[in-house]
Amino acid sequence: MGMTMTQKIIAAHCGKEIVTAGEFVEMNLDIVLGNDITTPVAINEFNKMGASEVFDKNKIVIVLDHFTPNKDIKSAQQCKISREFAKEKEIKNFFDVGQMGIEHALLPEKGLVVSGDTVIGADSHTCTYGALGAFSTGVGSTDMAGGMALGTTWIKVPEAIKINVIGKKKPFVSGKDLILHLIGKIGVDGATYKSIEFTGSGIKNLSMDDRFSISNMAVEAGGKNGIFPVDDKTIKYMEERKIKDWSIFEADEDALYDEEITINLDELNPTVAFPSSPENTKDIEDIGVIKIDQVMIGSCTNGRIEDMRAAAQILKGKKVADGVRTIIIPATQEVYKQCIKEGILEIFIDAGAVISTPTCGPCLGGHMGILASGEKAVTTTNRNFVGRMGHKESEVYLASPAVAAASAVTGKIQNPNKI
Amino acid sequence: MNTIGKAFKFGDNIDTDLIIPARYLNSTDPKELAMYCMQDIDEEFTDKISEGDIIVGGKNFGCGSSREHAPLAIKGAGISCVIAKSYARIFYRNSFNIGLPILESEEASEKISQGDEIQVDFTKGIIKNITKKEEYKADKFPEFIQSIIKYNGLVGYVKNKLEQGDYNDL
Repeated sequence: MGMTMTQKIIAAHCGKEIVTAGEFVEMNLDIVLGNDITTPVAINEFNKMGASEVFDKNKIVIVLDHFTPNKDIKSAQQCKISREFAKEKEIKNFFDVGQMGIEHALLPEKGLVVSGDTVIGADSHTCTYGALGAFSTGVGSTDMAGGMALGTTWIKVPEAIKINVIGKKKPFVSGKDLILHLIGKIGVDGATYKSIEFTGSGIKNLSMDDRFSISNMAVEAGGKNGIFPVDDKTIKYMEERKIKDWSIFEADEDALYDEEITINLDELNPTVAFPSSPENTKDIEDIGVIKIDQVMIGSCTNGRIEDMRAAAQILKGKKVADGVRTIIIPATQEVYKQCIKEGILEIFIDAGAVISTPTCGPCLGGHMGILASGEKAVTTTNRNFVGRMGHKESEVYLASPAVAAASAVTGKIQNPNKI
Repeated sequence: MNTIGKAFKFGDNIDTDLIIPARYLNSTDPKELAMYCMQDIDEEFTDKISEGDIIVGGKNFGCGSSREHAPLAIKGAGISCVIAKSYARIFYRNSFNIGLPILESEEASEKISQGDEIQVDFTKGIIKNITKKEEYKADKFPEFIQSIIKYNGLVGYVKNKLEQGDYNDL
């Protein structure tokens, strides 16, 4: 029996020729990641383990991105703990305010993750790097601590779901719409413990930024990871940022999948997830009039340059509707700078939007755009659970940057094709 | 090892934002986190529970974020055990890693009612419903998970590895 792409990467990292679904293995790690929320907990556990040094100073990445720039004294203390640890352990890839961006946009951009890598991160959206053909998955802080101490982690080799992507995207359709559509189809536990493996002739029509959004939300279907095959686009992306070598793995022809689903891009419309679950999706054509109070464009799902361009294309020469607070957060300093170069920030400001320095901030109800009771927001983030962005009686609708920008203009959830 | 407590019942897909809202993640203290446990789904939850009580969930318990603060908040609140039909994978890992006992049992999740008195025998995986005079069997954990439990969590497991200099025993 053949192996899936994920299984092949795991096998290559545990010194085995073959691994099979359900087997427990100890896997070598290329990157161990943490942020300002999860790293302080990991440091405590690391010390309790009796570890004195990290396994490799070059393979730990700490990014202060969630409640930064420090939103309050307690958050400042957490950042301080992480900062001091990074200094003491001489961790090379420590990103503080000024260099930092939202971790899952930052690591690929810096070339820190490449295809064939194994990555664990104490952040559930660590699965983002599947877009590059890496095996990456979210874990908790104690796992991060174990990873930092040993350079290995335990993994149950996952079964897989195969997603066959065909066709070509229609205007204003993006990777975000594909992943929302898929989660709507299989549910928030549709892929629990499994790898979601994307394949098919339509993959070439998805940009890298589309793929990052898609892999990013694999966890929202319960998936261990969401992975793409490596093609010319992946290689071009990695070459532009090359700091280390990569390896390319392909699924065997006779690999076993629990389920196969085909998504035809020709038939895909902008898709919105209604409160309070990412699986509660609707085609934009089936949405009635839903008035909104806030729009947020950014996050590890949709804060990359293409997302900013998609929003700018719609907001250019227009004004956001009265009473719609529009908050735009480029995910990294590089994305921010590129927006300046392309005149995108000017378009946003002229439209009446505000622009923030990179932060996860409002996505998880941290800061920079918290909702009051009864308020509704369209956001490009990844979760719309009860209380996710603020008051437990506020409502979050998940959508693409194009839908979010169009909604900002009309003040209701808006099909970008009809603006 | 046994525990006995009152059941507090929740539905499917109890996410980590419900277990501990992100606005409280600027702390890592389990006792402080415990004060806000389940706040957005039941404001009085922490007032109603007593030491040793049990959370009973449906499917996909603990979905969402990787925050270890979620099992820490539950443990910190004095909850002795979580029983659910199934768990989201990161929450599942985190619970074993930090030593929060969790059990998987579809039957128990369906049959236990709010307020039932429940006794759990962890060694045998038996869940006794004292109120209803019923008994349910929890699914057995894989051998590897049992070895983590044996070390009282991942800290003990890694500590042992570091002491033994044994990095690859699987």
